[in-house]
Amino acid sequence: METPALILAIVVWSTVTLVTGYFFWKVLSLPKHPEPDSFQENDEIEK
Amino acid sequence: MSNTTSAGWGSRVGLILAMAGNAVGLGNFLRFPAQAIENGGGAFIIPYLVCFLLMGLPLLFVEWSMGRFGGKYKQHSTPFIFDAMGKAPYWKYFGVFGIFTNIAVAAFYCYLESWALSWAYYSVAGTFTGMSQTEVQAFFQNYIELGTSHPVIFWIICLFLNTWILSRGLSGGVEKVAKIGMPLLILFGLVLGITGISLQASPNGAINDGVVGLNYLWNPDFSSIWSFDVWVAAAGQIFFTLSLGMGSIHCYASYLNSKEDIALNAMSAGWMNEFVEVVLGSMIIIPISIGYLGIEAVTEMVSGGSGLGIGFAVLPKLFADWGAFGVVAGLMWFGLLFFAGITSSLAMGTPVMGFLDDNFGIRQSRGAWIFGGIIFLLGIPCVMSPDAFNEFDYWAGTIALVVFALVEIVLFAWVFGLSDDYKEWRKSDDVLPFKAMKRLPAWDEITAGADIKVPVFFRVVIKYISPLFLMVVFIGAIPGIIENATKDTSLYGWMARFLLVALFALICVFVYIASKRNQSSKLY
Repeated sequence: METPALILAIVVWSTVTLVTGYFFWKVLSLPKHPEPDSFQENDEIEK
Repeated sequence: MSNTTSAGWGSRVGLILAMAGNAVGLGNFLRFPAQAIENGGGAFIIPYLVCFLLMGLPLLFVEWSMGRFGGKYKQHSTPFIFDAMGKAPYWKYFGVFGIFTNIAVAAFYCYLESWALSWAYYSVAGTFTGMSQTEVQAFFQNYIELGTSHPVIFWIICLFLNTWILSRGLSGGVEKVAKIGMPLLILFGLVLGITGISLQASPNGAINDGVVGLNYLWNPDFSSIWSFDVWVAAAGQIFFTLSLGMGSIHCYASYLNSKEDIALNAMSAGWMNEFVEVVLGSMIIIPISIGYLGIEAVTEMVSGGSGLGIGFAVLPKLFADWGAFGVVAGLMWFGLLFFAGITSSLAMGTPVMGFLDDNFGIRQSRGAWIFGGIIFLLGIPCVMSPDAFNEFDYWAGTIALVVFALVEIVLFAWVFGLSDDYKEWRKSDDVLPFKAMKRLPAWDEITAGADIKVPVFFRVVIKYISPLFLMVVFIGAIPGIIENATKDTSLYGWMARFLLVALFALICVFVYIASKRNQSSKLY
């Protein structure tokens, strides 16, 4: 393979793979948000 | 996002895989490499990635945001998402594109998808074994000219499969298919890609090593990046590959609740599509076909930029020469194309089902069968004639997308997006709009609940650069629109044009009726 083609392919493939992997890993690793409490807004405020 | 969402999605990963599946289509494997070869080889990646950053990602943010915003009003299709954002009565009729395009594209896309299903069957059945290259091409030609009943049978199976999955709902149907289909698609792509680039020339087999094809695809002709046509081609490819301007992203995102993230989800799904297209898409058809046929033959075959000919008329013969592994390779290649297709066509059904459910109280399962019935009727001319197929592809699958995207970004960034402070500033004598620019509803909508920090750079891009980009793409398409609108066609071609106009008008009527019903029930 010619050098410019090889460099371009490797740089683009590795960048796209790393960025894709990073965002997907972030989705998997973030803690789950707590379920919204629909009654919370109606709760009486404790004095 | 929580582990489960009551309205639609079962999990966050399921949503992302479904969104990525919506974007990943046959074009990732067939159109992208063909476009790259036609537009400067490896250098094509530069305008392509610039367009991804300046148009693709911003539009993903916009469409996800609009969808989630619509969900607050219990709306899952664009006519009334636009209505909620724009307030003026005419916006909902621009939103009609978000239903029209899905129906019209599904009408011909399901037929294309059925080719992949039938070719997977033929690969396993050994139909191509012993055939010469000319015989495989003749087989393909005979198939698309309906010389056998198989195209119709596989098309109906495909329609039934799509409709049945849709009738199972988002988490019970679409999400399950995405969770199975996307990992399999990536696995099949990796196996075929590694096989493709490690192909060795031999006296009775390939005439070139796989890397010759890879070299041909990636060898950059940097002079091409100064060509306007190359930039339009790159913008077009980004548009089609991300399924922008369809209305299906809005629908999927509308099942999120208003505090759930869209920024990271959009990034993750968008980049997953890029991985499939740029990495896997460049490793398969070009290295394998150049390995066996040589550069000149392949260059001629991809002229036109679709890659369909290589995918369906050339690769089966090459796989058949691989012996036992060829059967597996054929099944993987056409299975991969089928998964890419079905995850996209399923996304086209959901806005229609959402519209019927939200505005006419038609249950989603029944809505799915209505959608199936409509695409069956509209698909008949597409199956019968390539002229009708091409009319549907051009007007609904190309032009309508650009028009819709241009309208939605103007609505989002310039109508919905201007804060009241800014509107006040325009009436005042103040010189600089610093205070007014501080908070913009459109930007708030993107960043609300975000699990990542969205770079402020996108604020400028969404407001100025993306609309300008789309405007240029649209203006660039005008000569083609005039040419296509004025050229004569066959009876089937005219029938297709009539059906498209009638479909659009009919949806407008339904939107009008729905708006009257909504007004009387004081939805807004």
